[in-house]
Order: sequence, then structure tokens, then C-alpha cells
Amino acid sequence: MTRPDVETIVDPMDAEKHPMSRFLREDRMPHIWCSSCGLGTTLTCFIMATVESGIDPKDMAVVSGIGCTGRVAGYLNFDSFHTTHGRAIPFATGLTLANPKLKVVVYSGDGDLVAIGGNHFIHAARRNMDILCVCVNNFTYGMTGGQAGPTTPITAKATTAPYGSFEYPFNIPYLAVASGANYVARWTALHMRRLKNSFQEALNKKGFRVIEIISPCPTAYSRKNRLGTGLDVLKYYHANSVIQHGADPRDANIEMGGKLVVGKFLDIDRPSYRDYVTENIAKQVGGR
Amino acid sequence: MGEDKRVLTGEHFLNGDHASAEGAMAAGCKFFGGYPITPSSEIAERMSERLPEVGGIYVQMEDELASMNAILGAAWGGWKSMTCTSGPGFSLMMENLGLGIVLETPTVLVNIQRGGPSTGLPTLVGQADMMQARWGSHGDYEIIALAPSSPQEMFDHTYKAFALSEQFRVPVLVMSDECVGHMTEKVIIPPADELPVYPRRYTKKKPGEYLPFEVTKDGIPDMVKAGDGYNIHITGLTHDDRGYPVINAEAQDVMVRHLMDKINNNRDKIIEVEEIDIEGADAVIVSYGISSRTCYRALDMAREAGLKVGMYRLVTVWPFPEQQIRDLAKKVKALVMVELNFGQIYYEVERCACGNAATYLVPHAGGDIHDPAEIVAVLKEAVK
Amino acid sequence: MEFWRKPLDADQVKVPHGQIYVIKERCKGCSFCVEYCPRDVLELSDEFNKKGYHPPVAARQEDCVACGLCELICPEFAIYAELIEDEEEATQKPEV
Repeated sequence: MTRPDVETIVDPMDAEKHPMSRFLREDRMPHIWCSSCGLGTTLTCFIMATVESGIDPKDMAVVSGIGCTGRVAGYLNFDSFHTTHGRAIPFATGLTLANPKLKVVVYSGDGDLVAIGGNHFIHAARRNMDILCVCVNNFTYGMTGGQAGPTTPITAKATTAPYGSFEYPFNIPYLAVASGANYVARWTALHMRRLKNSFQEALNKKGFRVIEIISPCPTAYSRKNRLGTGLDVLKYYHANSVIQHGADPRDANIEMGGKLVVGKFLDIDRPSYRDYVTENIAKQVGGR
Repeated sequence: MGEDKRVLTGEHFLNGDHASAEGAMAAGCKFFGGYPITPSSEIAERMSERLPEVGGIYVQMEDELASMNAILGAAWGGWKSMTCTSGPGFSLMMENLGLGIVLETPTVLVNIQRGGPSTGLPTLVGQADMMQARWGSHGDYEIIALAPSSPQEMFDHTYKAFALSEQFRVPVLVMSDECVGHMTEKVIIPPADELPVYPRRYTKKKPGEYLPFEVTKDGIPDMVKAGDGYNIHITGLTHDDRGYPVINAEAQDVMVRHLMDKINNNRDKIIEVEEIDIEGADAVIVSYGISSRTCYRALDMAREAGLKVGMYRLVTVWPFPEQQIRDLAKKVKALVMVELNFGQIYYEVERCACGNAATYLVPHAGGDIHDPAEIVAVLKEAVK
Repeated sequence: MEFWRKPLDADQVKVPHGQIYVIKERCKGCSFCVEYCPRDVLELSDEFNKKGYHPPVAARQEDCVACGLCELICPEFAIYAELIEDEEEATQKPEV
């Protein structure tokens, strides 16, 4: 039997035949992310989840901050907003409150969300805003060249930590759970189908949902710490991830060379801001 | 919902902050994201009570940075939004005021100025943020700023600020001060049919045809909101008509010129001043906000002393009425600037006078208003 | 697969076949698809694309079952597989 070869698409115009093409801004592809960066993988999972959840693309709104992950807004073919560093969450707050029909997703990186945006992260979680917060954690400020950040593991090197970082890093699931989120999960870029399922679950929930995705940064973080290419890092995730649904997030610290606890840490249904705050006030105003 | 609650028609005895909140309500504001700071907290307090009556939402954000962004987000969600603050918060809002300007987002920011710099005099008046209003955010841009001088004007100017922000797709500043914010005076609010909600300039184009920053005939792009299927992408990076980032000098030239032309080409529609006894005057006071109230008294005293003086009160401080001051300087001997700072708008006046009139400044560090006698003393000098 | 005996209903279950499509100029040669294809269908080719990367080719196209993993894992949106509807088509070269 003749073996049909891989159908190679050479004409860039035919790129639009890719099944996910209608969710991408084809006029801005190819994207700027490096070879073997995990961001594109997180994006395919997100798009697949959006399709399978049956959400009307008109109702999706993506808000991102500054950084490599922040560029996600520029490639997704939804109403997308590329705001200032750290301020995606408050912008998303205004957006979701003004238009509750929208499924608002904040898609940003570790530095953007828990360093400069840290205050907004914990308050949006506290308020249980209707926002799905996707935090792609590559342990560094990739876009600006690989500086240390609030999630850089102890002893990891970075351009601003030439002797290694010795600051205690944030444990993002722990932070999210403690601040009051409704749904907290962590996956790596390798756990594609589980990540897609998490996205789907989260998209259909209310309140503040956090999905942390551990992803390789081959150009900055991996090079500085001699971790190899993105593929080598994925193999590391494969060998060292431990899926523990319902684990205590306190046990999910990330250490250099250590295990990565992944899974769904929390899935509750505390009433969201709109359901609780706005409704309680509306009841009283109606009564006047 | 709650249209009957939008406009608080009637004769009221309101403090400036509350009047400003009512002005915002009358303009159709539905979202307030703010942070308490003296002397603007009363606006927040009033909005937290009034907004639920019209189905709006008040959120006390965690800081001023969040506030500025939340109001931009709410605007893109389709609502009219505002925030209020004072000096320290104003500084925090600067970066994201720039974002609002570049995204061409209609929203309103009220600054009840107090003594500065830094924590300064939280409960006492100042007018030293005026240049910051124009130049505070990094980069080149133009802005609209109004300066109310009474609670009635707090109502009127806040109401107007919303209309201007929609008309020119730009954040509009209301630069008030602690005296005007905290004084209580009669405020007359007309019936609702005399205070229509200025409609947002939503595009009539279909998805696929619409570009978020494509200028229309009057030089200003039409607006959309998220959720209408336009799949817009907007960014704080320098961008083109489509809203996509374009990182080169040509795109920068086009975008920045547009941001400036939008305001500069429409100066005649934006600039508003009040002229008092300008004809035949030897010296003219230039002032705004609470200082202009002091100047009314100073004018009376000066006239009693036989001086021929008038006042040019700035209702819009930015864009600055350059041409008007240029023309005025040719007709009078002197221009006397009265403001609660050590010279901010004064330098604009001096610049535009081009040496055709002598320019004087009656400065004040803030914390109190001018003594009218001080102003009269300078007027006496000026008319010589 | 050599440790599992053949399932009892193997002759009743129709194993799907997939046709792989590669958008050559988008590939950045990360090898994720090659490494993680569960049927080991792919290999990096010897030829270069314009950026100097080696895009993947199917070494064992007939093993592709259109599971969709390559589409999901590719960070560049450069590869996908389509389910071939009819068994007979698996023997014919698909039209461009």
C-alpha cells in the first residue's frame, strides 16, 4: 500500500486550514515566542477548551498584561485587551462588572500577576470576581531578558540573580486559595488534555478561578540554569510531576530539581462578587 | 433601570463633592472604581449610595492603580465610568491615564486637589497639580481638563466632562480643589429631560469592517464594546488603525499626531472661559477654581480703589486658550495670574503673552486661599 | 504494545486513520510532536524551512490515528491531523 506522505502546507495562505485558525489573528502569525516555548501549547489547550465548552466566541474577552504571556491577547481572535504591566486584573474587573455576559479571561505571566499585579491578584480573589485568571509560570521575566521574579526557585540563576536567587518564592496555588478563589489548579504545559479539561471546567464556573501553568522558557530561564531546550524541560515535567487532586497547596512548593505537585487544588462554589455583593445591595435598594 | 433616580432634580444645598457625584449620575455614569482619599472621599461615598439605585456598580478598589484600570475596563464593557482622587492618588493613576488616552477610552477622573507635594496637607486646599494634569503621564498627548469654582460648577462640569469624553473619546479631568469640594452652596439641578445622557459614539459598521482607531469625518474614531462580536484587539503599545501593535517610527508619528490633533483641531468646541470686564481694562486677572472666587472679591476692592481691571476665568484649563491669551495680551497692560501654587498655569500665560503684556504671579504655597488684599496690591503694581 | 495481548473484539473495532498536515514555514523545530506522538509517527525531516528549522515528516503515516495530540502540543499551530473518513482513502494520495 502506498504510504501517503505528510501533507505539507507550503503556501502561507493555506495556514488558515488549521482547525484552530478561526481563533487566531492569522494576520499576526507566526507569533513571537521562541522555539520550544510552552506558551503556544497552553494556547492550543485554551482554544480547544473554548471550542469544546460551547461558549459563543462573541462572549469571550481576553485581557493580558505585559510580558511574553501578555502577548497572548494579540494572537487570540476574541475581544482582546493588552493592558499595562500588572493591571490586567483590575481592567478585567471593570469589564466583567459592566458586561456580565462576557466570559472574561486574564491570561498573563508570573511576574505580571503576582509581582507588580500581586495586590490586584489577591483582592480579585478576595472579592471572588468573575474572572478566569490564567498564570503561565516560567519562573522568570522572559520578555525583558530573564530577570528573577517572585516565583524564581531558590538557587536558580537569573540575570539579576547572578549568585542564584535566595528569596522565598510565591506558591501561587497557596496564594490563590488563601485569598479566596473558587477554583485553583496547576498543570504543566505537558499536561495538555488535563489542562484543557481544567480550562473547560473553569470556564463554566463563576467567581475567581486560577489556573497556573508551569511552562518552559528555553531562551532565558532554561539557558541561565542549564536546563536544556523546551523539550528537555517537558521531559523533566514528565518525570517529576505528581498529580494530586485535592492536595494541600502548602505542600506544593516548587524547588529546583524537585517534584512538581499538579492537579486541582480547590473547586468550590462561593458566591461570586456579582451574585453576592451586587445582589445584596440590590435587595436593599429595591426595598427603599 | 432607575431612570427616575438618575437626575436629582431640584434646589439643593450640597457640598462640592456631592454635587460632582450628582453630576456624574446625571450624565449616566454606571461604574465607579475608586479609593478613598481626602478630600475626595465624599464623591466615592455618594456614588456608593447612588449607583445601585440606577443598576450601576460601585467597587472600592484596592488602590488607585486598580481604580484607573477598572474604569477603563468598565468603559470597554459599555458603561460610563469615573473615579475620583487627590494628589497622591493622581500620581499613581498617571501611567494608566496614559493607557486610557492611547486606547482612546471615554472616562472621567476627578482630582480634588490638596496641598502637596507628597502626603502634604490632606485636609487643606492646593492647586498645584495643574501641570501634572497636562504632562503627568509619560509621552506626548493632549488632554481636556475643567476647573470648577463652585458646587454648582462641580455638578455642571462633571456632567459636561462625561459628554466631552464621549465626544472626543478621551479621558477627561475635572481639576477641582479641596475648598470647592468641601464648600456647601446652592446647587440647582434641572429636570431630567434637560440633562440627556450623551450617547456613546458606537459604530454603525459591521464586524469585519470596523477598525477601533480609524478616524471618521470629525477626526475621532467610533467606539464599540466587548461582547458585540467585533473581535477587537487594543493595546497600549503604539498601534495602527486596527489596534495592532506596530513598532516603528512611522506608526508612532501617525498615532501621536492623531492623539494631539483630536484635541487641538477641536479647540473651539472644547475651550470655555468666563470674561468679566475685559473691555477697557488695564490689567486682567487670569484664574480658575477656588482662586477665581477670591479674585471676584479682589476685583471689587480694586474697582473701589479706582483701578480698571477685569478677569479672565479659565473654565477649561486644558487645552489652554493660547490664542485667546495672545490676543488679550495685545489689548491690556498686564496679566495677573492668581493660583494656589508657585506658578504653573502662570507659565502658560507668560508664554502666550509673548511679551505684549507684563505678566505677574500672585503665588501661594497652598493650605489656605489668597488674601484678596494681596491680589489688589499686585493689581496696583500692574496697572502702572 | 508488545506486552498487551490483542483485545478480543479487535476485529470489530475500526481503528481510525489520520492524515497529517504540516504548515512548513511555521515550524520552529521544537520536536514536541516527534517526541510525544503516541504512535511514533513523526520524525524531523532533513530539509530546512525558511527559518532554518527542520519541519516534521511522517515516518509511519499509516500508524496515525488522528488522536490530535500533535495539534494540541505544537506551540506554533504548525501541525494537525484530520480523520480520514473512509478506510479506502488511506491507500490513496490525498489531493492538495
